[in-house]
Amino acid sequence: MSTALTPSTPRVSKGNAGRVARFLATRLALSLITLWLLSVIVFAGGQLLPGDIGRAILGPLADARAVAALNHQLGSDRPLLTQYVEWITHFVRGDMGLSYAYREPVGPFIADALAHSAKLGLLAFIVVVPLGIAGGVWAAMHAGRWIDRTISIAGLSATVVPEFVSSITLILIFGVWLRWLPIEASYPPGAGVLEQLKHLILPVLPLVLVFFGYIARMARAGTVEALDADYTRTAILKGLPQSVVIWRHVLRNALLPTITVAATQLGYMIGGLVVVETLFHYQGIGSLIYNAAKAKDFPMLEAGVLTIGVVYTVANLAADALQVMLNPRLRVRSGE
Amino acid sequence: MSTIVPGTPATPAVREPRFDQLRVLLRSPTFVVGVVIVLWWVVCAIGGRWIAPLDAYASDPLNSLMPPDHAHWFGTDQLGRDVFSRVIVGARDILTIAPLATLLGTVAGTALGLVVGYFEGWVDNVVGRAIDAVLALPLVIVALLALAAVGASNFTVILVIGITFTPITARTVRAAVFAERHLDYVAAAQLRGERAPYIMFAEILPNVLPPIIVEATVRLGYAIFAVATLSFLGFGIQPPSADWGLALSESYTLMAGGAWWTVVFDAAAIASLVVGVNLIADSVQGVLDR
Repeated sequence: MSTALTPSTPRVSKGNAGRVARFLATRLALSLITLWLLSVIVFAGGQLLPGDIGRAILGPLADARAVAALNHQLGSDRPLLTQYVEWITHFVRGDMGLSYAYREPVGPFIADALAHSAKLGLLAFIVVVPLGIAGGVWAAMHAGRWIDRTISIAGLSATVVPEFVSSITLILIFGVWLRWLPIEASYPPGAGVLEQLKHLILPVLPLVLVFFGYIARMARAGTVEALDADYTRTAILKGLPQSVVIWRHVLRNALLPTITVAATQLGYMIGGLVVVETLFHYQGIGSLIYNAAKAKDFPMLEAGVLTIGVVYTVANLAADALQVMLNPRLRVRSGE
Repeated sequence: MSTIVPGTPATPAVREPRFDQLRVLLRSPTFVVGVVIVLWWVVCAIGGRWIAPLDAYASDPLNSLMPPDHAHWFGTDQLGRDVFSRVIVGARDILTIAPLATLLGTVAGTALGLVVGYFEGWVDNVVGRAIDAVLALPLVIVALLALAAVGASNFTVILVIGITFTPITARTVRAAVFAERHLDYVAAAQLRGERAPYIMFAEILPNVLPPIIVEATVRLGYAIFAVATLSFLGFGIQPPSADWGLALSESYTLMAGGAWWTVVFDAAAIASLVVGVNLIADSVQGVLDR
């Protein structure tokens, strides 16, 4: 405090583009390493853990010669490193192997399921992000009072209750008792957009419930911090109308961390899809993984799980990029 | 700003004694409500057999799917078993598996986090990447992959969830150890010639306990969530257990026929337990994280 305040030098914008590029390149490289490790984990899970693949498929009573023949046919009698290298090089080229259960290439199944899940997830996202942000900001503006308490506790409860519990409750209320909504996500062929949406409301609601709490919580924390900041006090004291203070000063700063959380939750939403898609008979990546796990269809299972890892990592990378673009302060800091 | 007197070194805030933290917790309604809910289910888990009015496993096909009445307060399920008794007894398996998985993850994660945080360098980088890789997959999906491979049983569920929690806890512990690593007491111990394991576990560990406790309570909530979900999917607790998730997977198709009592009470039981644990985790976090 004793030293004279030196005016901060204005930031030179020339080096910024390079810094952003370097930051994103570092993040990209780290993501690639993460993905490689992930592929090793998934391979270990699908190829190593079951031990004898042929035995796992044919069951304990099968003839040893049949098991050996199946292992040879599937290639699972070769050295593990060979298997891994072949699996991952094919995967990168889009060839995800043959499904044990369908005896067909896995790739088209995954692509199809991913498109279905994207539709469901996107719908949930469109509903929950504005809702969660509004709830969080509203709670923050009444911090400490009963509105805040109610939103926080309700958000926490909605977030932590497993999707299958909320799904079953929603089916019981809206599908069985009130009969307002269809309880199957699959709609009759040739259904219009409105009809399709109607079938998707119930499956989307449990996902919305789970993510409302996360997003509201982040939005609330960010808003409380921004409301407390000196620049907000200055804005109020210089007589700006409340709406301007909220929109231009508070929200701009408060919503940055929320964006990151929203993007990271995209990956976790896929975890919830396993239950929701299975319950509502929706042909997405979640129900694909569930059915593959049930049938011990390891190529399908591995491809599905790795695909989810890729989606999650890409979503995280996109969140990083988005945040750097929106927040000039982050451009200076290098990746953790 | 106005309270800082120039010239005095900035002293770190004096830590509240543990006793005061407990008093703050006990005054928080969130914490008390959470504890009451969880304690009730713990009592059911331990003494369920004596609390339940009827045998939870005795089937009675002639009285299947009876709506609630004075003989069966919550009705009977598809095999004629008393739902009320099954809900009470059903607390046992999930409240055994989830805490054990959390314990495994916490102990292993703490050890890993201490080592990684203490030695820094390349160990830290390698483990950091591995943690990111594990975190790139939702818990339920990792568990599905592993359990499809090794087969689902109580033991494998504990193992899979515990192992998945290990890197996550390790990350928290590592961050806490980083903050302690270069403090004077660690340097003093090193100069005294103490060995690294002693410094890690006897000197640093007691100082990083609060974040570990917070992490463990949060993890317990996730563990219950995961065990319930896996049991519902058929990859967790196996029949004939009265587990709630398992019961829901067996009976949810019946609710379209109007047998609401076979799902409502199990669903409420899971929801209350998960919310209770998270209320505790939330208030503990609020007190210890200051």
